[in-house]
Amino acid sequence: MSDVADRVKKIVVEHLGVEEDKVVENASFIDDLGADSLDTVELVMAFEEEFGIEIPDDAAETIQTFGDAVKFINDAA
Amino acid sequence: MFDLTGKNALVTGASGGIGGAIAAALHGAGATVGLSGTRVEPLDALAGELGERAHVLPCNLSDAEAVEALPGQAAEAMGSVDILVNNAGITRDQVFMRMSDEDWQSVLDVNLTATMRLCRGVMRPMMKARWGRIINISSIVGATGNPGQANYAASKAGMVGMTKSIAYEVASRGITANAVAPGFIATAMTDKLNDDQKAKINAQIPAARMGTPEEIAAAVLYLASNEAGYVTGTTLHVNGGMAML
Repeated sequence: MSDVADRVKKIVVEHLGVEEDKVVENASFIDDLGADSLDTVELVMAFEEEFGIEIPDDAAETIQTFGDAVKFINDAA
Repeated sequence: MFDLTGKNALVTGASGGIGGAIAAALHGAGATVGLSGTRVEPLDALAGELGERAHVLPCNLSDAEAVEALPGQAAEAMGSVDILVNNAGITRDQVFMRMSDEDWQSVLDVNLTATMRLCRGVMRPMMKARWGRIINISSIVGATGNPGQANYAASKAGMVGMTKSIAYEVASRGITANAVAPGFIATAMTDKLNDDQKAKINAQIPAARMGTPEEIAAAVLYLASNEAGYVTGTTLHVNGGMAML
């Protein structure tokens, strides 16, 4: 697993309080990991901080799963 | 009680009677205050009176770009914005049938839209800090209506609905959002009324007098405090019993 994926996973595990093995490629933050809409906003804020990137609101809305987040950050970096 | 030491508060309309009293009350409780308003002179004078922990942050709230920039300027000056008091407001009174689009829009822009922009602008750091206080100064007429003030009343009622919605969204993050609804308070805004109008108003107030800016400031100080952490989405009416809501 890439470094980015590890760092994203760490943020998701810490923020949502979920087991690490639940955070898989297709895991939806809201449907599978129990996030509410505010949690997803906060996750995006945490990603921005961790990776020093800007994630605009329209892009943030497309980040639904763990895999989406890793891909977006890899593309942005 | 009500120790705000270490907290940073941004107060709009601090050049006015109520805003100045709010800033002074928060400052008196130990907060650092950012004094915002369009007129720089009264802001400078207030900052001079308060001494340390007071920053002057002029802003024209009808200028969307200036409003968007204000939270960042306040955070730069003070380190953060932990308490936001949206107090600035304007009136463009007119009989409803004669109310122009401009009368309507200018009041909505300053009283409601600027308030929304400032709430939005301070939300992210408050979420991170897991602490924040948003206090929007509404008005009794937002709840009761008032002839000649369809625009003002709509803006003030709008603030209440917005405040409640914000309160729902961020309550779990340690942020409260509340409104304070003053009744008739003795300020420059009510000085425009003639004696006859004032007498009529006083006759409708069980307390039989207008309120003071300090009485509004005390309500704001309470809502800004740690002690009010479980109070959110409410409107605190401070009106001498004029409307018991």
